[in-house]
Amino acid sequence: MSFDLTHLRQLEAESIHIFREVAAEFENPCLLFSGGKDSIVMLHIAQKAFWPARLPFVVMHVDTGHNFAEVLEFRDRRVAELGARLVVASVQEAIDAGKVTEETGPRASRNRLQTAVLLDAIEQHRFDALFGGARRDEEKARAKERVYSFRDEFGQWDPKNQRPELWSLYNGRIRMGEHIRVFPISNYTELDIWQYIKDEQIEIPSVYFAHQREVFERDSMLLSTGPYITLMDGEEPFIERVRYRTVGDMSCTGAVESSADTVDKIIEEVAATRITERGATRADDKVSEAAMEDRKKEGYF
Amino acid sequence: MEMLRFATAGSVDDGKSTLIGRLLYDTKTIFEDQFEAVERASVQMGTEYTNLALLTDGLRAEREQGITIDVAYRYFATPRRKFIIADTPGHIQYTRNMVTGASTADLAIVLIDARKGVLEQSKRHAFLASLLRIPHLVLAVNKMDLVDYDQERFEEVRNEFRDFAAKLNIADLTFIPVSALHGDNIVDRSANMAWYQGPSLLHHLEEVHIASDRNLIDARFPVQYVIRPQSDEYHDYRGYAGTVAGGVFRTGDEVTVLPSGFSSTVKSIETFDGRVDEAFSPMAVTIRINDEIDISRGDMIVRPNNQPTVAQDIDAMVCWMNERISLRPGSKLVIKHTTRSTKVIVRDLSYLLDINTLHRDESAAQLSLNEIGRVQLRSQVPLFFDEYRRNRQTGSFVLIDEATNVTVGAGMILGPVS
Ligand SMILES: Nc1nc2c(ncn2[C@@H]2O[C@H](COP(=O)(O)OP(=O)(O)OP(=O)(O)O)[C@@H](O)[C@H]2O)c(=O)[nH]1
Ligand SMILES: [Mg+2]
Repeated sequence: MSFDLTHLRQLEAESIHIFREVAAEFENPCLLFSGGKDSIVMLHIAQKAFWPARLPFVVMHVDTGHNFAEVLEFRDRRVAELGARLVVASVQEAIDAGKVTEETGPRASRNRLQTAVLLDAIEQHRFDALFGGARRDEEKARAKERVYSFRDEFGQWDPKNQRPELWSLYNGRIRMGEHIRVFPISNYTELDIWQYIKDEQIEIPSVYFAHQREVFERDSMLLSTGPYITLMDGEEPFIERVRYRTVGDMSCTGAVESSADTVDKIIEEVAATRITERGATRADDKVSEAAMEDRKKEGYF
Repeated sequence: MEMLRFATAGSVDDGKSTLIGRLLYDTKTIFEDQFEAVERASVQMGTEYTNLALLTDGLRAEREQGITIDVAYRYFATPRRKFIIADTPGHIQYTRNMVTGASTADLAIVLIDARKGVLEQSKRHAFLASLLRIPHLVLAVNKMDLVDYDQERFEEVRNEFRDFAAKLNIADLTFIPVSALHGDNIVDRSANMAWYQGPSLLHHLEEVHIASDRNLIDARFPVQYVIRPQSDEYHDYRGYAGTVAGGVFRTGDEVTVLPSGFSSTVKSIETFDGRVDEAFSPMAVTIRINDEIDISRGDMIVRPNNQPTVAQDIDAMVCWMNERISLRPGSKLVIKHTTRSTKVIVRDLSYLLDINTLHRDESAAQLSLNEIGRVQLRSQVPLFFDEYRRNRQTGSFVLIDEATNVTVGAGMILGPVS
């Protein structure tokens, strides 16, 4: 008998450990679920951590109002299957209530508004720990973040002053009003995620697989046409075979040309790609070199 | 695929981040958009060549100051292994971040600038690596390009380090001459150093034997969470969830539960994917037992004939990580050890260790930021532990300041106070 675990089993065990630790030590945790592949994997592992019991925390979606319909449908079905409770924090409602102001113009994005709505929901529901599906391989600021990432009463991250975090001994002590962002799948890479999806036969929304879609080019990305986006001069829609590598707000998430219509083909594609997923698909990261760090300091995921 | 976690270590500017950049670049793990961003940033900062250190030095402040402040985690895989890299800072002020990155490493690469030789900070990091019981150490003598790839210089540095390392507990030590900047002996053997017969760094990382580093003898299961579904289907279900911290548990095994001391047998070991016959570290499982015993988080399931030490008086090496408060006899702190959190009081500070000379200063009155000393603690409730050298999970703890909630110390248990 060999006592070896594959890297995917080791990563999964580490994630399960983190879920249980949070469930044991916090009063009111919540799992942030976007319907994207990372949060789907995270939810899958959460289910494993507590089986045969239900999730001991709620699931929250910060809904920008610019979602793919199939992703929302997927979210509702998955939450129902798990018998979990879903909380939706709606950017649209916050705009309608005059709590936040929508950007205008063809490049308007609801990305920044998400942060305000998220922080508001944390306060309202008194969440003290929030699970996020961020991975350290995604972006250079995330590469620096602890598994337990402390946030002050304003939801801010202080990258120059993170708590030491040794072994698997996580310090979850906070005062009222502060919270911890917890990243159980920190050490997965994009390829690990897909291999895990394959091994576990996890269902994911159809937009991740190659399909025909009407798109147009902006900032060397392919954006989907649709109700949430206004074409600018010279932008010509065309039909292309594409898939999404990340799923977020439709107005700033780009599709990639692809013929990968099965998980195996996606794994092949991801293994061969020379561009990071955020580089290929996220307009919000293109603002500046430190765009992610700056947003995280303000309380972004 | 097998997984290896490794950390860089060594003094400021010895080339740790450059080495990681080079390793990622030469294994073609760097993506085009990342590389272009680093090229742009290098031009902006006015460096002559593309500064590969910027691949890991991702924070604004790090780029402004040209140093690493906090650990960066990076990933790459070869057909043989998946690697998790912790690129740690060399600056003394950020030692706690180095310790954070090194605590989970299977291997540490200590870099030394061939021109400068063994510096105080190189010793500090080598010492920390040995204190943390990182099973494998690589001493990379870097910037060989700046000493004309000279074999003699390499041997001088090697001998100097060997003299120091002889006083430490290092199980496996390998020396490799490299140039992180130019890629010599990083992925392929260098043509500039024909005199070097050993493996390239990557080859060593792929081949180093790690399977026997785990403790598969002393069965330890700290109970993390009690699973009670309270549903119709699983009405009377009660399972103890946790991560195996040592040894092997099998269905039918006789077990003892600490602190109660009650015995029972393992009814089943369960996971979402079904029952398993045995569980070993680092598996996360749920253990069910045959008798109704009161068991809760912080308890430990062990084998009756192989039990950890149960004690309230603990002798440990402590690395202090806070600049605002220091550790002194009488200090009251929170300890987190396995899944137990309780209070401790510092009974005594036996000595503070001078990292350069390894001299023990028995007159020291306190431990301040980045200092390491031998400490006796008394905990409010008994802890179940092993010597750190025998088990990194059950032998480690962190200390937390109750007023600020900040993690202020890291401890490695030597044993009960005798
Ligand atoms: N000539 C030469 N220069 C090198 C080599 N490796 C690193 N350098 C240079 O040394 C300087 C410091 O390198 P870094 O990689 O940032 O050093 P570090 O060890 O990560 O520093 P900290 O993380 O701040 O402790 C940079 O200017 C590098 O280009 C080498 O092999 N040869
Ligand atoms: Mg560095």
